[in-house]
Amino acid sequence: MSEVGTARLRKEDARLLTGQTRWTDNIDAPGLLHLAVLRSPMAHARIDRVDVSAALERPGVVAAFSGADLAPDLGSLPCAWPVTEDIVLPEHPPIAVDEVRYAGDPVAVVVARDRYTAADALEAVEVEYTPLPPVLDLEAALAEGAPLVHSDKGTNRCYDWPLRTGEDFAAVRQRAEVTLKRRYHQQRLIPNAMEPRAVVVTPVAASDEYTVYSSTQIPHILRVMLAVVTEVPEHRLRVVAPDVGGGFGSKLQVYGEEAITLAVARRLGRPVKWTESRSEGYLATHHGRGMIQDVEIAANRDGRLLGLKVDLLVDMGAYLMLVTPGIPILGAFMYPGIYKMRSYELGVTGVFTTRTPTDAYRGAGRPEATYAIERIMDELAVELGLDPVELRRRNWIRHEEFPYTTIAGLTYDSGNYEAATDKALALFDYDKLRAEQADRNQRGDTVRLGIGVSTYTEMCGLAPSRVLRDLRYAAGGWEAASVRMLPTGKVEVVTGTSPHGQGHVTCWSQIAADVLGVPFEDVQVVHGDTRAAPQGMDTYGSRSLVVGGTAVHQAATKVVDKARKVAAHLLEASERDLEFTDGVFSVKGSPDARRTIQEIAFETFTSHDLPDGVEPTINAGHLTDPDDFSYPHGTHLCAVEVDTETGQTRIRSYVAVDDVGRVINPMIVEGQVHGGLAQGIAQALYEEAVYDDEGNLVSGTMADYLVPSAPDLPEFVTERARTPATTNPLGVKGVGEAGTIASTPAVVGAVVDALRPLGVRDLRMPCTPERVWQALKEASA
Amino acid sequence: MTRISVKVDGTVYQDEVEPRLLLIHYLRDRLGLTGTPIGCDTSNCGVCTVDLDGASVKSCSVLAVQADGGEVTTVEGLATDGEWTGLQRAFHERHALQCGYCTPGMLMAARDLLRENPHPTPDEVRHALEGNLCRCTGYQNIVRAVLAAAETAGQGAAT
Repeated sequence: MSEVGTARLRKEDARLLTGQTRWTDNIDAPGLLHLAVLRSPMAHARIDRVDVSAALERPGVVAAFSGADLAPDLGSLPCAWPVTEDIVLPEHPPIAVDEVRYAGDPVAVVVARDRYTAADALEAVEVEYTPLPPVLDLEAALAEGAPLVHSDKGTNRCYDWPLRTGEDFAAVRQRAEVTLKRRYHQQRLIPNAMEPRAVVVTPVAASDEYTVYSSTQIPHILRVMLAVVTEVPEHRLRVVAPDVGGGFGSKLQVYGEEAITLAVARRLGRPVKWTESRSEGYLATHHGRGMIQDVEIAANRDGRLLGLKVDLLVDMGAYLMLVTPGIPILGAFMYPGIYKMRSYELGVTGVFTTRTPTDAYRGAGRPEATYAIERIMDELAVELGLDPVELRRRNWIRHEEFPYTTIAGLTYDSGNYEAATDKALALFDYDKLRAEQADRNQRGDTVRLGIGVSTYTEMCGLAPSRVLRDLRYAAGGWEAASVRMLPTGKVEVVTGTSPHGQGHVTCWSQIAADVLGVPFEDVQVVHGDTRAAPQGMDTYGSRSLVVGGTAVHQAATKVVDKARKVAAHLLEASERDLEFTDGVFSVKGSPDARRTIQEIAFETFTSHDLPDGVEPTINAGHLTDPDDFSYPHGTHLCAVEVDTETGQTRIRSYVAVDDVGRVINPMIVEGQVHGGLAQGIAQALYEEAVYDDEGNLVSGTMADYLVPSAPDLPEFVTERARTPATTNPLGVKGVGEAGTIASTPAVVGAVVDALRPLGVRDLRMPCTPERVWQALKEASA
Repeated sequence: MTRISVKVDGTVYQDEVEPRLLLIHYLRDRLGLTGTPIGCDTSNCGVCTVDLDGASVKSCSVLAVQADGGEVTTVEGLATDGEWTGLQRAFHERHALQCGYCTPGMLMAARDLLRENPHPTPDEVRHALEGNLCRCTGYQNIVRAVLAAAETAGQGAAT
C-alpha cells in the first residue's frame, strides 16, 4: 500500500489535543528568572540617560541592565541578505545604546524571580530621551534634507536593486497600443502567530554551555547567528525549537531578545526566560509587507502583453533584520506571473523608516508581486473590454509550452493553467454569477455582486545554493535528513526542517514508510533540536517538503541500497537478483529466499555476518541541494457581495484550484490552503498595522488589529489540478503560501468589480466598510 | 495574599495568592497546568479558555481569587482514563488543528456551545467561536469538527 497520497491523520495531534504540550513558555527550570524588556515609547529619540538603580532595589529583582551595560556582550544583529554590494547596513544593537529608532526598540531589561515582579520593576527604570523627528513617509524619506533614521549613514536609501530583461521597456511602451499605470499600496501586516514569542536559556555556567529554547522556525540558523552575536562558541550552544505555535515568517528571525536572554543567562549563570505579551509582540516581532508599487503595463488592443515595468518603494523599518532586504527580491522574478511578454523592468528601492522592521510574512514578496500583476490585468481587461479570464487566457503560458523560461529568467518546469482555470470556472459557476451580477447592476441593487480572479504562480523550494550565491544571500539552500533503522526494526527519521503546525512528522513518516516498506506507525520523526538533528536549514518559504521531504526520500533510498548489500550476502544471491517490495528483499525466482528490512536492521546491529568491507550500519543521511525552484500555480475565483449603503463586504463564494504537484497528504494540503486563504483574505479585507504621524503603532493590540475570526471567513471550495514537478524526485511543489499569494488580488478584484459600475476604480487595502463607503461617496461626488 | 481553594481537573488545591493573580497564571505558573496557553493580553484570542463552574471563561480575564470555591476544567481534564472526548476525536479526524496553540481554547469553547446548543448550524458554530482566534486553519475544519462532534453526540457519545 502506498502511504504517499493518503489522508493519514496526524501523529502530532495527540499531545496538542490533550494539553501535553511543550511551548517555550511552558519550560521551567530550577531557579528560573524572568526577564522583562523596557521599550522605547517614541519612534525616534536620542537616549540621554538610562538609570536602572531604582529597579534593582525592588524586592525580587535580581539584575537590571541598560543597553550600554550589555553592549560588551552583544554584537550587532545579523542581516544575512545584503542584496547589493553597496547596500547600507546599519548597526543593530539588540538593546539600543545611544538612539532608539522605532516605538518598541529595547532600552533596558529587568530580571526578577517571577514575571509579575519583572514587569512591575520596569516602571522603576528611568530613561531620559531627546525626541528626534520620525521618518514615516517612504517618498519623503528619500528627499534631500529628510530627517535620517541612521544619521551616520547620510541617507534613508538602503539599496537600489534593478532588473531589466528582454526588450527595452521605453521602446515597447512607445509602440504599445495600450498602456496603463497604477499605484498599489501593500499595507503593513502583523503576522500574529497564535503563540507569542518566548525564549528560555538554561546554562551550565561552569563550562560555559547553554541550551536556548526558542519559539523559532529556524533553530539551526539561530544557533550559528547567536554564536556570532554573543560570541558564545557555537559548539557550546544547543538550540531547541520545542512545540512552536505558528510562525508564518515571523519566527524566521534572529531576534534581539534571543541574544539578550542568552547574554543575561551567561552573565548571571542562571536560567532566564523572556515571554512577550501580544501587545509587546506587535512592536517587537517583525511586520510583513509594507511597500508602494508603481506598475505599468503595455499591451496591444487584442490583449497581448508587451511589457511590464514595476517600481517598488519598500519599507525596511528601522533596521535590517535577517532577510529584510531580500523579501522584495523573492518577489522580483514573479511580477510577470504566468504571462508571456517581451520586456520586463523592475526597480526595488529599500527605505529606512522609524517603524518596527519588516521581514518575511507568509508569501514574502510573492503575494505582493501576484497582487500587482493580477490587479493590473483586471484593469487592462476593463480597458480593453475583455473578460478578465479571457485576457489571462490570451497571455498565459500554454501547457504544451512547458518547460518555459519566463521574461524574468525563471524556467517554469510544469503546469497547466488551462486545466486549473477550467476546473475553477466550473466549480464557481462563473457564467451564472456574471449573469446575476449584470442583473443586479441593471436593477440598481443596493447590494452589488463582484467577481475576482487570480491565476497565480509562485516560486517554492528555497533554494538552489548557487542561485542564492548569485542573489548575495549569505547561506545555502540545502536541507538534511537521516534515516536510522533501529535494532527492533523501528525507524527514526531525523530532519533539518523545523515544523510548527505543518505536519512534517506525519508527512515525513509517509515518505519514509513508502521507501522503506515499513508501517507508518513504526516511523518516528525527530526535529527542532540542534543536538538531535544537527544539520538543517529549517522551515520557511514553502521549502520543507520540496527540499526537506526530498532529503528524507533520498536518505531512505540510501538505506535500502545499503540494506540490499547485506541482504544479498545473507541470501547468498547477487544484488542484481534481489527484488525489494513492501519492505522485503527476495531473490528473483525463489520467493522463499527473503529477508525483511527489519531483519536486515537487526543483522546489521549484531554485525555477526556482514559481507567483508561493509560498515555495520544501514543508516544513511542525505543533503539535498535543489537544482531548481518549484512552481505551484492555480486559479482562484472569489464572489463578494458589497452592501453599498454600509460598505460591508461579504465573501459569498470562494473557489481555489491549486496545482501543488504530487500530494503527500491531501488532508494536510487542504488545511494549508484553507489557512493560506484566510491570511490572504485578511490582507484584502481586515488587517493593517496603522501608525500615527508621530510613529506610534495605533493598531497596537489585538483589540485594534482585526485578525479574522470564524464568522469573518467563508466556507472555501478547494480542489486540485495536478502536474507533477520535474525538479525533484517526489514531484512536489510546496503549498504553505499558495493560498495567501493567490487570494488577496482575487478578493480585492472582486470588491472593485462590484463597485466599478458605480464609478469606483480602485480601493486601498484593507477594503474596510469605511474605505468602501468613502470610495462610493467620492465616486458619486 | 488571599487564601483560595479551587478544584482543577478533579484535584482540590489550596493556595495563598496575590489578589491580582490571573487565573491563567495560577493554572500555569502555580499549578504547572501548562496545557492551557496564553495568546494575548486583551482577551481577544481565546486560547486560554477554560470551564469555570459550568461556563467557559477566558482565564486571562478572571482573577484566581474569583475562582475561589469553584471548579475549573482545562483541556488537560477533558479525557477520561486516556479516552478522548468526542470533540477531541473530531478535531483529530477533521484536521481541525495545525500548530495546535488555539486548540485548548477551541475545544473548551466548542464544548460550551454543544452543551447549550447540541445541534448547531454551521453559522451558529462560527458565531459561537467568534472569541477564539486561529491563525492556521481558516476555521473551516474546526467548524466541520464541531458539527461532526455534535452529530456523534446526538448518537449518544460524550462531548
